[in-house]
Amino acid sequence: MAQPGPTQRGEVPDGSSAPDVIVHASDVHKRFGSVEVLKGVSLVVRRGEVVVLIGASGSGKTTLLRCINHFERIDQGRIFVNGRLIGYRSDARGRLVEERASAIARQRAEIGFVFQHFNLYPNKSALENVTLGPRKVRKMPRLQAEELGRRLLQRVGLESKVDVHPAQLSGGQKQRVAIARALAMQPKLILFDEPTSALDPEMIGEVLAVMRDLAKEGMTMVVVSHEMGFAREVADRVVMIDDGVVVEEGSPAQIFDRPAHERTRSFLAKLL
Amino acid sequence: MLFSTAGLHFDYSFFWSSLVHPSTAFLQGLETTVYLAVIAQALATIIGLLLALARRSKIAPLRAFVWIYTWMFRGTPLLIQLVIVYDGLAAAGIYTFNNISVGSFVIPSVVQAAIVTFTLNEAAYMGEIIRAALSAVDPGQFEAAMSTGMSPGQAMRLVVVPQAVRFIVPPLGNDFNAMMKNTSLASVIGVSEMFLVTQEINSSTFNTFEIYAVAAIYYLALTTVWGFIQSAIERRIDRRWGIARPPRSWWSWTSSWGRRGVETVGATAGTEGPAILQGVGRPREPRGFFE
Repeated sequence: MAQPGPTQRGEVPDGSSAPDVIVHASDVHKRFGSVEVLKGVSLVVRRGEVVVLIGASGSGKTTLLRCINHFERIDQGRIFVNGRLIGYRSDARGRLVEERASAIARQRAEIGFVFQHFNLYPNKSALENVTLGPRKVRKMPRLQAEELGRRLLQRVGLESKVDVHPAQLSGGQKQRVAIARALAMQPKLILFDEPTSALDPEMIGEVLAVMRDLAKEGMTMVVVSHEMGFAREVADRVVMIDDGVVVEEGSPAQIFDRPAHERTRSFLAKLL
Repeated sequence: MLFSTAGLHFDYSFFWSSLVHPSTAFLQGLETTVYLAVIAQALATIIGLLLALARRSKIAPLRAFVWIYTWMFRGTPLLIQLVIVYDGLAAAGIYTFNNISVGSFVIPSVVQAAIVTFTLNEAAYMGEIIRAALSAVDPGQFEAAMSTGMSPGQAMRLVVVPQAVRFIVPPLGNDFNAMMKNTSLASVIGVSEMFLVTQEINSSTFNTFEIYAVAAIYYLALTTVWGFIQSAIERRIDRRWGIARPPRSWWSWTSSWGRRGVETVGATAGTEGPAILQGVGRPREPRGFFE
C-alpha cells in the first residue's frame, strides 16, 4: 500500500485533494497526565480499506482509535476524517480550538464505533439498540428505522433475536448487535476496538465472520485486534504500533512474514 | 370487656368504628397526608435531578451551591425547617404564605409551606440518590450513545438517565415511605393532615390509645400499599432490562423457612454499579416459601 505523503508538522493537509482518503492522522500526540501515550503517530486510511492496528497492550493503538472519533482530545497534530478536521476547528490565528459538542456529534454520526465490551443499552431490545441512533439522530420515522434495524440484524444473523434484551444474548450475539447498531448510522468508516477480546473463544468466529463480510462489501474499517489470523486474511494493511509510534506498516504478508523491525519481530514472536 | 377486667381501658367499639368508619375529618386528614407526600416527592425528584446534574456541572460555583444546599438541608431537623419556612420567614418579613384560591379549591398557606419545606428537604436527599445512580451507569453507555452521533444532552436524556432509574427506584421508595410518615410533622404549623386530625379527635374523646392506634394502622396501610407499588415498579423495570424475576410476594420475608433459590435469575446485566449500590435494584434471588 502506498505510503501517505509526508506531512510537515503543523501543515494542514487539504483533504479534498485526496478524495479517497477517509482518515488522515498526522503527527498525533496524546498524553494522559505525565504519560505520553501517542508520540507522533501518522496514519492514512483510504476508502474501502481494512487497516488492522497491532501492538502490545499499552502501545497506544486503542488510544489512537479513540482519537479518530474524538473520544480523546489530542495534544498535538491533526486528524482529518472525510477531509474534515475532527473535534477541532482553526481559529482566526490558525490555532486549534475544540469544536462545539453538537458539531462533534454530527461528525461522529458518520463514524461507527464497536467497543470491546459491546456497551449495548441493557434496557432496550436488540432492535431498539439498533434503531435508537437513526431515530434520534437522523430523525428517521419509527417504522422506517425498524425496517432498517430488522434488515441489519438479519445481516448479522440475528433476525430471531430482534426483541431480545442484551442480558439474554451471548457475548458473540451482543457484539453482532453492536455491529448492527454501528451500521444503522450508515457510517463511512467503522472503528473496532478489540471487538473479540472479551469473547469466549467459541464466539470469536461468528463476530469475525460478520466483519469479514463487511470488509468484502467494501466497508472502510480500522480494527484494533489481537486476531492475527483475521488480520492476515482480511487486512489490506497491518500497522504495528509500539510505544506510541508507528513502527512499521505494510501488507499482512510483509508484516507477518518479513517484518522489517526488531520490535515487530519480538511482538509477533511472543504471540506464537 | 376483656381489657377492662384486667384494669386496662380499651374502648373496642370506638376503636373499631374509628378504624372501619373513620370520620370525614379523619379521611380529609388522610387525603392531605397523601397528597402532601405525593406532591412533595414528585417535585423533590425533579429538583433532585437538577441538583444531581448541577453537581456534575463544569461550573464550580454551581457545584458549591449544591454542596452547601445538601449540607444544610440534610444537616438540620426537618421540624426546624418547617417552622423557619412558615413562621420564621414571616416573622422576619421575608415571605408570608397566603391562601391561594384555584377556582373553588383553596390551598391553605400552611399546606403551601409544608409542600415547599418537604420538597426542598427531600430534594437534598434525591439529589444524592440520583447523583449516585447516574455514576452507577457504566460510562461506556454514554460513549456508545455518543458514538452513534448523539449530543451529550441526548446521550444523558435518552441513554444514561433511563438506566439510572433502575438504581433510583429502590432508595426513592424508601424515601417516599419516610416522607408519608414525616408529613405528620406538618401538624406543628397547623396542617390538618392525619396526625393533627387524630390529635383533635383525641382531645375531644380522650380515647388516646385507641385513636392513635387507628392512625398508626392507617400509616401502616399507606406504607404497605406503597411497598406493593414499589415492587411492581421494580419488576416492571427489570422486565425492561430483560431480567426475569419472580414476583416478590409479601410472604417472601418468610424466606428463612423456604429453600434458597438456586437457579440464577436470568443473566445479570453487564453493568453493575459501584459497591455502594451493589444490591440496590439488582435482581433478587428467588426466595420465599411459595416461590
